[in-house]
Amino acid sequence: MKVSYYPGCTLRNKAKDLDFYARECAKVLGFELEEVEDWQCCGGAFTSSSDEIATKLSSVRALKAAKEAGQPLVTVCSACHNVIKRTNAAMKDPAFAAKVNAYMKQDKDFTEDYNGETEVCHYLEYLRDKVGFDEVAKKVVNPLTGRKIAAYYGCLLLRPGKVMAMDDPENPVILEDFIRALGAEPVVYPARNECCGGYMAIENADAAKKRSLSVSESAANHGAAELVTACPLCRYNLVKSGSELPVLYFTELLAEALGVKEANA
Amino acid sequence: MTNTKRMKEDILRMSGVNPRKCMKCGKCSGTCPNYDEMEYHPHQFVSMVEEGRLEPLLASKSLYTCLSCMACIERCPRGVEPAKLIEAVRLLKERQKDGNHLTANDIPARIDDDMPQQAIVTAFRKYTK
Ligand code: SF4
Ligand code: SF4
Repeated sequence: MKVSYYPGCTLRNKAKDLDFYARECAKVLGFELEEVEDWQCCGGAFTSSSDEIATKLSSVRALKAAKEAGQPLVTVCSACHNVIKRTNAAMKDPAFAAKVNAYMKQDKDFTEDYNGETEVCHYLEYLRDKVGFDEVAKKVVNPLTGRKIAAYYGCLLLRPGKVMAMDDPENPVILEDFIRALGAEPVVYPARNECCGGYMAIENADAAKKRSLSVSESAANHGAAELVTACPLCRYNLVKSGSELPVLYFTELLAEALGVKEANA
Repeated sequence: MTNTKRMKEDILRMSGVNPRKCMKCGKCSGTCPNYDEMEYHPHQFVSMVEEGRLEPLLASKSLYTCLSCMACIERCPRGVEPAKLIEAVRLLKERQKDGNHLTANDIPARIDDDMPQQAIVTAFRKYTK
């Protein structure tokens, strides 16, 4: 099974592990990430104002490419996922879509209007809904037995809950179920869906550190020994805050459990 | 129409927020992770926009310390979505002449070798027009 894949700018640079292990693990799990040709950066943040048109175009181009390939569009980075899924939802509004499509008509390869037809799927959602966590568990060769891992959702995977529709935004389970499928023990803690400080890292690094420390301390106080995330900026902020807990990408954890990490060592 | 009135209309149109739905419970500000960094908190944005007190908001650093984490959006019992209002005020400011909060020249001093590209593109999207 082939799916369209949108890696995003960071997975091509600072977060190469997040990308590489996603691709390699997909092969083991029976699907293939087919990178969208000539994708452009999503811009990192969805701009909610109804008159923001140009900032949506890069996402719409990727969505349209997936539609033409007849495939769901899979993302791995939490931020890309948030931007593209929300853009897709916005494109289901005919008045908004008409404005965006008016721009899109200038593209030299323009064929037809886009109206939100593509299914946008985070890699984790794909594992849960298409592959099945029980099937993932069957492919585990190195169970992560005894490891106490805290899932860090942050903001972007879950909110706004009505649009992301990935899980209960206040009481999510998808990452915990994923951790369990790999044989480890998920640690639930209060700050798992609070913000890491995000782009404040540029504006006021100390304030961002405070946010991240409150997350990692909450996890440590509840007995976690590791943190796992899908977001490169969460990982950066958590690491820079001086967190005592190691911070891993979920695809690294998956690669470890599936034996993909050692095969590529 | 006065300038303030026009700006208020712009903010409401851009954000799609109806501040009159707010029952002033303060839950948005209670849940805001960056409360300490904001001089005006999300519930104040809602009431000040409704009252047309826009100048203090347009001049406030709270426009740049809101993390867009959407906690206030998710947890407001009345579906007011304060962060959308904050974003509209910020855009209004940034769309003014010399309204940008960040320039490319600011970047080298603020990043290190590990900083993901995502942080930089997001900051530009949030802080410039
Ligand atoms: S949580 Fe909602 S209703 Fe309560 S003060 Fe904030 S905006 Fe108003
Ligand atoms: S979106 Fe902004 S105002 Fe709302 S809770 Fe997050 S930081 Fe606070």
